[in-house]
Amino acid sequence: MSFFDSIREIVKYRQLLYMIAWRDIRIKYKQSVMGFMWAIFMPMIIISAGILVKYAFSVISGNEMTGKHIASVTVKALPWSFFVASIRFTTSSLVANINLVTKIYFPRAICPISSICSQLFDFVIAATVLVIFLSLMQVGISLQLLWVPVLLLLLISLVIGLGLVLATANLFFRDIKYLVEVILTFGIFFTPVFYEISMFNTPWIKVLLLNPVAPILEALNASVVLHQTPNLPWLLYSAGFAVVGLFAAFAFFRKMEPIFAESI
Amino acid sequence: MSDAVLEMNHVYKKFRRGELYDSLRDLIPALTGGLLKRKSQDQLKEREFWALQDISFQVAHGEALGIIGHNGAGKSTILKHLSGIMKPTKGDIRVNGRLSALIEVGAGFHPDLTGRENIFLNGTILGMSRDEIKRKFDEIVEFSGLEEFIDTPVKRYSSGMYARLGFSVAAHVDPEILIVDEVLSVGDWAFQRKCAEKMNSVIRSGSAVIFVSHNLRAVSSLCSRGILLNHGRIVKMGAAAEVIQHYINEAMEDARVVHEDKDVYVSKVAIRDGNGQALQFEPGHRITVDISVSANTACNKLAVGINFNDRNHYEIFTTSTERLGYETFSLEAGQTRTITFELSLHLARGTYYLGAEVRRYDLNKTFDKKFPAATIFIDTDVDVRGVANLYPVVIGGDLKKVGPIE
Repeated sequence: MSFFDSIREIVKYRQLLYMIAWRDIRIKYKQSVMGFMWAIFMPMIIISAGILVKYAFSVISGNEMTGKHIASVTVKALPWSFFVASIRFTTSSLVANINLVTKIYFPRAICPISSICSQLFDFVIAATVLVIFLSLMQVGISLQLLWVPVLLLLLISLVIGLGLVLATANLFFRDIKYLVEVILTFGIFFTPVFYEISMFNTPWIKVLLLNPVAPILEALNASVVLHQTPNLPWLLYSAGFAVVGLFAAFAFFRKMEPIFAESI
Repeated sequence: MSDAVLEMNHVYKKFRRGELYDSLRDLIPALTGGLLKRKSQDQLKEREFWALQDISFQVAHGEALGIIGHNGAGKSTILKHLSGIMKPTKGDIRVNGRLSALIEVGAGFHPDLTGRENIFLNGTILGMSRDEIKRKFDEIVEFSGLEEFIDTPVKRYSSGMYARLGFSVAAHVDPEILIVDEVLSVGDWAFQRKCAEKMNSVIRSGSAVIFVSHNLRAVSSLCSRGILLNHGRIVKMGAAAEVIQHYINEAMEDARVVHEDKDVYVSKVAIRDGNGQALQFEPGHRITVDISVSANTACNKLAVGINFNDRNHYEIFTTSTERLGYETFSLEAGQTRTITFELSLHLARGTYYLGAEVRRYDLNKTFDKKFPAATIFIDTDVDVRGVANLYPVVIGGDLKKVGPIE
């Protein structure tokens, strides 16, 4: 099966994957005074925007803003910013490595996957800070936290699946890059980052549930901040999307891979 | 069959001229058409052409194969297929062993990374493991001669330093099959010599080498077998010297193509010599060159020029009938006149290109120029370098001659 063949090949070339991811991390913070601190500052901007929005909600509704609200914004904003950065970076990953793609043989999936790895590195740095922040806020610990690794894995497979397809599409048509940019910019309005789905009662809001990132973010909020079991049917939809998407994306990528060098 | 480490069997490759899709108007029928009916692979659609046609060859252990041909003949396309970057439209390719393709020096170098970091990056890209690079690191740095700059970002390197670092990494990959493209023959003379030495040692160690170059001398000295490509087809395959000779003869045939749009043109350039067709000479050999000029329209006050360039295309010698003090001549329409020069090749060893032109000095007008009309190899045991040969002998200082040093 093409998925396992791809994985086997990537494992064979794991050192290259590691080196390219390392290169991307390295050059991102070269000649910058702040260096790795940027990995913390960037999500902080989204988080402060989120707190501002929450505050506006609380003023309008008359309910006081609590620490829980702030915690839930941070817990959702960080994975969201990982999602946005990965998709953005991955979409152009094949085109950005045009020199390698046209000159050297290696499994091409290494380009998008290493882009995701380098974003994951930033995410881990920021997540460490988040953990410290959450423990200071005393959100508490429960068994529900066991959901977190599962949810993160789902998010990563979702990103890999989407990334492989978008990177391939962008190799053939550069329009994709602009399309992705627009969708990512406005995506935050269609994703429950600054708000919860439960805030709305209209049936129309169900459309939002089709966004496969939404259940993962909501489930993270449920398990980390609210200590509840996530909404399982909804999460299952997202998981199905991620897993089927991953297999389909690898099959598609493998089919297109041989003509990359001449079509780029 | 069994000892072939590398094999191409009836390989065909189709390319498309122009942009992939010029507009949506092209794209939509292309996508839907592709779904509805799949055209046979053998058929060429509009704007398509065969970049490779029926290419078959084998390379065994310890064998060096040279691929020569004009620009666009398909040489690099073959290399890209061998290294797996491209897939053939038809036919199959078999590779048994670790293959390393030096298609570009320093492929994957990142300008912001230091020399040290780029050695690790580039080494991994070329297929070395991390431990292997660590082990060979000092050797690589020493080979490049860039010890002082190894922690400087390569964007601050000169292009020569860049190429040296790239080659040093490439030279330390121990492949079973080595593929080398023309681009390696950049850099100064010492660098090229290092390249050639490295390739020789790779061949001696039993690896198979495939070498693409326009430098015929390098091909003839490194390779035992050769392939001549033209428009994606193998025109000739066999012993390297034979194939090179065929290529040179063919180039001289091409030089005979009539230019109907020109008033006067160089219709033929031929080197007359006792060795028949061989264009390899000892220094000092006196050659006879026939340059024929033909006229489409009547012209007068004509002069014929002859010139030599070295392999870096520096003009090293030029003269003409008029400069030598001979009278100008006239041609009637349709008339041809052959001017014969005799000159001595007091040249150091190397490859030289002969050119010919026909012009009018009083109008400062060149009617036609044929360059290169022929390629000449100067070969000798005496190791003199440069362009001119001054036939040196040591007559004082009481040194004993111990033989030619390669």
